[in-house]
Amino acid sequence: MAEHSKMTMIQAINSAHDVLLERDERTCAFGEDAGYFGGVFGCTQGLQEKYGKTRVFDTPINEAAIVAMAIGMATNGMRPIAEIQFADYIFPGFDQIVSELSRLRYRTAGEFTAPLVLRTPCGGGIYGGQTHSMSPEAFFTHIPGIVVAMPSNPYDAKGLLIAASESDDPVLIFEPKRLYNGPFDGDPHKPALSWSTHEKGNVPTGHYTIPIGKAEIVRKGDALTVVAYGTMVHVALEAARLADIDAEIIDLRTLVPYDMETIAASVNKTGRCVVAHEAPRTGGFGAELIAQIAEDCFYALEAPVKRVTGWDTPYPHAHEWSYFPGQARVTRAMIETLEA
Amino acid sequence: MRVEITKSRKNKGINAHICSQNMSDYMTRAPSSNTPGFTVPEPVARPGDTPDFSGLGLNPDTLATRPDPVCPANDTHVLANTLIRVLDDEHCAQGEWNPELSAKQLREGLHLMLKTRLYDERMLKLQRQGKMSFYMKSMGEEAVAVAAGLALQAQDMLFPSYRQQGLLFARDRDMVEMMCHCLSNSRDNLKGRQLPVHYTWKDGNFFSISGNLCTQFPQAVGWAMASAVQGKDAIAASWIGDGTTAEGDFHGACTLASVYNAPVILNVVNNQWAISSFSGIAGSENASFAARGIGYGLATLRVDGNDFLAVFAATKWAAERARSGHGATLIETVTYRADAHSTSDDPGRYRPKEEATAWPLGDPIERLRKHLIALGEWDEKRHEALSEALTKEVLASYKKAESFGTLREGPLSPVPSMFEDVYAEQPWHLRRQRQDLGV
Repeated sequence: MAEHSKMTMIQAINSAHDVLLERDERTCAFGEDAGYFGGVFGCTQGLQEKYGKTRVFDTPINEAAIVAMAIGMATNGMRPIAEIQFADYIFPGFDQIVSELSRLRYRTAGEFTAPLVLRTPCGGGIYGGQTHSMSPEAFFTHIPGIVVAMPSNPYDAKGLLIAASESDDPVLIFEPKRLYNGPFDGDPHKPALSWSTHEKGNVPTGHYTIPIGKAEIVRKGDALTVVAYGTMVHVALEAARLADIDAEIIDLRTLVPYDMETIAASVNKTGRCVVAHEAPRTGGFGAELIAQIAEDCFYALEAPVKRVTGWDTPYPHAHEWSYFPGQARVTRAMIETLEA
Repeated sequence: MRVEITKSRKNKGINAHICSQNMSDYMTRAPSSNTPGFTVPEPVARPGDTPDFSGLGLNPDTLATRPDPVCPANDTHVLANTLIRVLDDEHCAQGEWNPELSAKQLREGLHLMLKTRLYDERMLKLQRQGKMSFYMKSMGEEAVAVAAGLALQAQDMLFPSYRQQGLLFARDRDMVEMMCHCLSNSRDNLKGRQLPVHYTWKDGNFFSISGNLCTQFPQAVGWAMASAVQGKDAIAASWIGDGTTAEGDFHGACTLASVYNAPVILNVVNNQWAISSFSGIAGSENASFAARGIGYGLATLRVDGNDFLAVFAATKWAAERARSGHGATLIETVTYRADAHSTSDDPGRYRPKEEATAWPLGDPIERLRKHLIALGEWDEKRHEALSEALTKEVLASYKKAESFGTLREGPLSPVPSMFEDVYAEQPWHLRRQRQDLGV
């Protein structure tokens, strides 16, 4: 049995870097404040000291150049892991991701590839206001050529990061920052929970991977299917528990390519489905999931598929908890779906 | 692969005032990493080390000359690699850049800088008490904002970053209103939508502060161009930090300001630190930030940012140049971020604790206070009385602001207001979402 240790999501991400830097000298990690300081959330803390400044280093504040530099390094034999300090700050790098990174393999017919990882904290729940709270995954799931993932716990965060770095495709990992230090079930009035008592906070200290493109059923059930990812996995679990609804809850983990096989099997079994994400509703990733569910599972459905999402507004600071799609909204959607 | 950090730059001070000498010094410094062709800059001092600023070129041998504000941009380029100072180490005003302010104006500057500092101190305490979610002080950088604010006209548009609250005080913004914003309460003019210190004040020609970096820099250029197109006399001024110069928008702003000869002042507040990254991570070891303007053909000034008189004079110079149709100026104000980046930061982890007190350009409030005393226009007793009066004003303002609520206790702006202002008119889907929320 592999050695395990209690880890927060931050420690698990740090451990994934450590494993990769140790095993593969092509690995390097960088980002704004990511070197000496170890990142504003500490995801790369201690790694510069351990591996030196040419492997773990600070970058100037230029997200376009961070992405482009990672592309350049990856095309020259390295396996870069770049941190974008907040997902809200990724947009100066958007052109490099959309026009360059995602298409490099295609436009060169495979002559050039950029196997790199971009990591970035996303989501609200920390009173970050509109520039530290976004869940912008839908901008990126629309781009052919990049893998998009969002783990919901330390175990998956580490395994996905290692799998991403070892993948030959570029991977963008969104890390829900509200989950960094403990699971969060959507109730801001409860004392903060700890990963130390959560089974997914028990993480192998060494190398392992979580397969890209594979969802996990985190709760088995027959009444309806809830497809969620990131923070909303925990919100859905608690909502189902409190409302005593026998929901089958799927943690998508990878958004592109998503695990339609697992979703379809579940929806075909339950005949009812709710999709939940923290990002805004219109054009959100939930719309894609529901369209595919409609195509693949239409004759099994007994009720319209519902969405629980953030509102179509910027993420407000003071009214964060009116914006966040919490337990009440998930529960209502589940009940409406069951009663439809 | 492991790289040892070298400290070879220690004691390699720049002590030159001529452009070419200074530039050559920049070029000959030893790299701080020992991998050929790949250098990651490292500050001279980390926690536990003795602070050392000898390499920053802060002691030019001679006083900077002051060219005519309508001179060709080339004539200013020598000023990108020296340091414009007015207040000397004996607290006397010297040289061509002396703006010859009256004692009344100097006292006003002191008053506003002290007000800014006491406001910051109080707000930090309140954040620690949980009254607001977040705070950012401007300690040590008060002159950068206050002096510039006083040198500009009320009609001029300000595009600040998040550490120029002194501009608001210079424009006499009501302190209660500022606090209500930071408390995100029912009177917050931004309806609780923005993080604290991300002020907006349309009536005071103070643009909205973004959390994203450098976005306001080219916006200020656009505003200035519109002012020129419409035949207006108002100019624009913007502020970013040293780290932010790395963003692409910096290049965009400088290029457009130069191409269109826009009436704008582009300020780089070089406070030495971008959260944990020292200015070298933004390239300060190879060229001064003011010198970046040379390549764009902008007028360039490098100014002692802790010298109230120098910041005032430089801003006045650049404003005169812009207003008379002679184009944009890139000003680097050299200062020091004397406290944490924000309430989420712990600078003790990446820089020596003593750095702020070791900063060779001193404290802006202390320097102006001592200058006024040297002039016989101020004394300890008056300073104490001012400090006491301002402390009372801050406390009284807070009491009033708190009566409109706090983030934790409320009242906040009404919940339905979160669906407003997304568009001019609320579309059907937002109306439906508001109804879904039951508000």
